[in-house]
Amino acid sequence: MDIQSIRQDFPILKQQVNGHNLVYLDNSATSQKPVSVIQTMVNYYETYNSNVHRGVHTLGTIATDRYEEAREKIRRFINASSEKEIIYTTGTTQSLNLIAYGYGLARLSEGDEIVITPMEHHANLIPWQQVAKKTGAVLRYFPMEADGTLDLAKVRKTITNQTKIVSVTEVSNVLGTVNPVKEIAKIAHEHGAIMVVDGAQSTPHMTVDVQDLDADFFAFSGHKMLGPTGIGILYGKQEFLEAMEPVETGGEMIDEVGFQSATWAELPWKLEAGTPHIAGAIGLGAAIDYLQSIGMDAIQHYEEQITAKAYDMLSEIEGVTLYGPSERSGLISFNIEGVHPHDVSTALDSEGIAVRAGHHCAQPLMSCLKCESTVRASFYFYNSEDEIEALAKGIKETKEFFGHVV
Amino acid sequence: MLFNNLDQLYRSVIMDHYKKPRNKGELEGNHCVTVNMNNPSCGDKIQVSLEIEDNKVVNVKYLGSGCAISQSSASMMTEAIKGLEIDKIHQLTFDFSEMVQGREHNDDLDLGDAEALHGVSQYPARIKCATLAWKAVEKALREADKEKSRQ
Repeated sequence: MDIQSIRQDFPILKQQVNGHNLVYLDNSATSQKPVSVIQTMVNYYETYNSNVHRGVHTLGTIATDRYEEAREKIRRFINASSEKEIIYTTGTTQSLNLIAYGYGLARLSEGDEIVITPMEHHANLIPWQQVAKKTGAVLRYFPMEADGTLDLAKVRKTITNQTKIVSVTEVSNVLGTVNPVKEIAKIAHEHGAIMVVDGAQSTPHMTVDVQDLDADFFAFSGHKMLGPTGIGILYGKQEFLEAMEPVETGGEMIDEVGFQSATWAELPWKLEAGTPHIAGAIGLGAAIDYLQSIGMDAIQHYEEQITAKAYDMLSEIEGVTLYGPSERSGLISFNIEGVHPHDVSTALDSEGIAVRAGHHCAQPLMSCLKCESTVRASFYFYNSEDEIEALAKGIKETKEFFGHVV
Repeated sequence: MLFNNLDQLYRSVIMDHYKKPRNKGELEGNHCVTVNMNNPSCGDKIQVSLEIEDNKVVNVKYLGSGCAISQSSASMMTEAIKGLEIDKIHQLTFDFSEMVQGREHNDDLDLGDAEALHGVSQYPARIKCATLAWKAVEKALREADKEKSRQ
């Protein structure tokens, strides 16, 4: 992979921040956008901005075609069997809420179990807490090993015949752990439970095949994979989406409306009430084109390389604790002894290095790690080896700075 | 020297309060009120206890966890408000908030060591860290007021 030529496609990377070249290492929060995505969206607004599935005029037809073409690109990208299974949402959070409220709420009752992991993002945790409270279902957790991985033997013991829903993140946004969701899905199905996968941190970085995983639902966001914010996907097997009652109702999702009642449109539109984020959907289609022009396997391979380099460099720095397993997706959470993550983040920012500091929307996990927050550096395929070195240097200097001022 | 501008934020008096916090602890008793405040976006936590007699904060303690800015600010706050009348404390918390946001503020008021936090105004993402403990004081004073009107 020619990183220098790839970086030319991302205008934002060419700037200086606080007098230094920008080193953007907050990709798990949101990725940067290539020119092709930005231009695709500008082109929509400049040349064929219209609502979809409504007017019969020319621009409306072009907009509808592009919007539905993007859906087809997304279907192929995750290997869903039909475009009926691809629901546009605002992002992973909305997708997971739709599953919890549109599927879980009507099917759970007292004593049923929902099982998740301690490493879930709040988006795959709070909806289940809420649904459990409303239905009397019990929210349980798979035990997590000290290195932040799951042990399949323990997973097997945790799932019971009372388990109705298993929901697991494919990649932890804090630890980088890659969870064996395919194997977990198999165990869940043996017990008659459905399998929900939070793909927010996996879809941008690796090949996703929802049929191979045998996931019943799969959720991800556009903005973490070069697309715009405000667009995401809910994938569901057709039979489950058919069985879902729409959580939101209104325009575009209807078949026929009378004074007292209404019937729903077919999938996928049944679950897409109101005017959607048209530019966002088309932009996400362009993001997928870009990712595929490089290749997901090449992206994954390159990220493994720079992540291993970062892991080695950071683990050599005395007083730096790394969290999570050594085999991981492209992010590293760490702490510098005696320096709070926010202070680390401010120091690195003054060198142009953007990282995230905080609890990463995973407060229960933080209590497992016995810390209140961490610094997280998260990579994407446009990050160079030089940037990994800049991070390691920045961490050493931060340690030195706070060592001196005490 | 590394990080040329960074020592404008992390002045030695700030790091001193961070490493050697003043008035750390909790107050219990008839005239005491204790409140908790979080900064949910980053996880900083502060607990502030005030002991109030005759419209004066006669003692103040804090507990908490978080970054150098939030914790040193809490420590400095306790020194700045101890022994003051409630009206004066309201003026100080307002003044402090204006200062860290880089707005003009009343130089006649004595913020003590907390003056050193004026550099925070150059770091907008950190203003919330600096103001957390001072917001907790305001919350504690409101609680005390409610308590008083109940009696």
